Amino acid sequence: MKFARDTWLVAQRQMQLLLRNPVWVFVGVFQPVMYLLLFAPLLKPALNAPTQAEAYKIFVPGLLVLLAIFGGLFQGFGLIAELRAGVIERSRVTPVSRLALLLGRALRDVVSLLAQAVIITLLALLFELRVFIGDLLLAYLMLALIALMTSAVSYGVALKVKSEDALAPVMNTVAQPVLLLSGILLPLTFAPGWLQRIAEWNPFSWAVDGTRALFAGDLGNDKVWQGLTIIAVLAAVGVAWAARQFARSVR
Amino acid sequence: MIQTRGLRKSFRSRAGRQHKTVDAVRGVDLDVAEGEIFGFLGPNGAGKTTTLRMLATLITPDGGQATIAGADLLRNPAEVRRRIGYVAQGGSTWDDSTAREELVLHARMYGIGKADALRRAERALAAFQLTEYADRKCKTYSGGQRRRVEIALGIIHDPRIVFLDEPTSGLDPQSRAHMWDEIRRLRAEGMTVFITTHYLDEADALCDRIAIMDHGEVVAEGTPGGLKREISGEVLLVGLDAAATPQAAQLLDTEPYVTKLETVDGGGLRLTVDEGATAIPQVLRRLDQSGLRLSSIELHRPSLDDVFLTKTGRSLRES
Repeated sequence: MKFARDTWLVAQRQMQLLLRNPVWVFVGVFQPVMYLLLFAPLLKPALNAPTQAEAYKIFVPGLLVLLAIFGGLFQGFGLIAELRAGVIERSRVTPVSRLALLLGRALRDVVSLLAQAVIITLLALLFELRVFIGDLLLAYLMLALIALMTSAVSYGVALKVKSEDALAPVMNTVAQPVLLLSGILLPLTFAPGWLQRIAEWNPFSWAVDGTRALFAGDLGNDKVWQGLTIIAVLAAVGVAWAARQFARSVR
Repeated sequence: MIQTRGLRKSFRSRAGRQHKTVDAVRGVDLDVAEGEIFGFLGPNGAGKTTTLRMLATLITPDGGQATIAGADLLRNPAEVRRRIGYVAQGGSTWDDSTAREELVLHARMYGIGKADALRRAERALAAFQLTEYADRKCKTYSGGQRRRVEIALGIIHDPRIVFLDEPTSGLDPQSRAHMWDEIRRLRAEGMTVFITTHYLDEADALCDRIAIMDHGEVVAEGTPGGLKREISGEVLLVGLDAAATPQAAQLLDTEPYVTKLETVDGGGLRLTVDEGATAIPQVLRRLDQSGLRLSSIELHRPSLDDVFLTKTGRSLRES
């Protein structure tokens, strides 16, 4: 009860500050929109897809997962600003739940990611993408779990390194191989065998496969529940680890 | 209200490949009574902030015990958090929030309901003369205004003790005087106030009792007046010609109220006396009777810096 109240308190404050400056939501969505408009049209011939809609069913899920990964991983920067302002320390002298300090912030990130995902989906509809609403909601659940995990990890790392200068290279180093090994831009079915073996160890590759299956309307595909399970477990681990950082971070 | 025994904390720091352990606080015993302003005086790096952060549950002590407002610091930090307020040195407000938003949020983090939090915020804004700026963003405030918001945040839940880390550092003299009044007002309301400072005048003027800290240890504790009395009375500086100095020294050396006599290079005497106010007329009379003319006489009361100097061999101003 107290935990739920505390989480809501933190989330509310973060949402309030976000809405005071909603331009960031649109800045975040700018890059994927560019991909959608300027890169996706190349895909029909490149992927040998029968129609433009087919190509979008492959590309848009990947783009959304990309947005969730990157949107989350870079949330730590905001936390470092809060650390510097003393806001985190001020919270830590109160009896407020440490898990709530993390989860309230991550919740805001999930909400802003979902808003961006809706913008992308609506734009993709203009390009004749069609997807069942039930499948789409399940895909959004996948995206929410990804954003929860990546933002939690980003907050945890931010509390450990405590400076933007250190956070940026850490996040870029993590994000780059994760991105390339998840078949986001092009499906890994084109990859040579060794590359596919490595990608099997990348949880986001499972997430992308699962989301693609959902966009294809293939709800019964094993990849759907496998992807959701893997990401859910990792999100739980990430949140637990980051909450520990909130409980004991010094300064 | 606060009692600590043997409180310790060391940090591991790394220089290149070598690990080094720094003993930031090495066994601090403190007794702070209810309703007093207790000052923690010492140079930067003496361990004041580390001790304060331990007492405020922000870092875990390596050893020792502490009871704060009746709650055990090591066994029950959650209860300590409910009973204390803490205002950090470097600020704690968010640029894009308003004072009112910050106060309401902070009250609610202590589990206070929304309506009550709004009432408390209103009251705190009035008490700290911030009502006028209540709905402006914190980034528009002056240093003094912002510090007042931060103190208001620290006491929004009516704690029994508030810890203020260097509450006046970086403030201009006027804001500083204003802040002293605010701190005295808290005491008048029955709150125990624990401050750290490296300003001698602040410790002297504001605090009921002080502990002087150096290299992670408390080297002296008492009232500012008591600590000053403890060291060697008061000093009279008598200005004399170099030629007259030896004779004057001879005359005054045998006087009963002079506990110590030193000659100053280039002429003049430095007399240590129990009480300057009664010694001055006697010195004047004695020298006058012998026809010795003095150029100046100056009474030097011991300052907390002299206390620090006696206890540590260094001046606080230099360290």
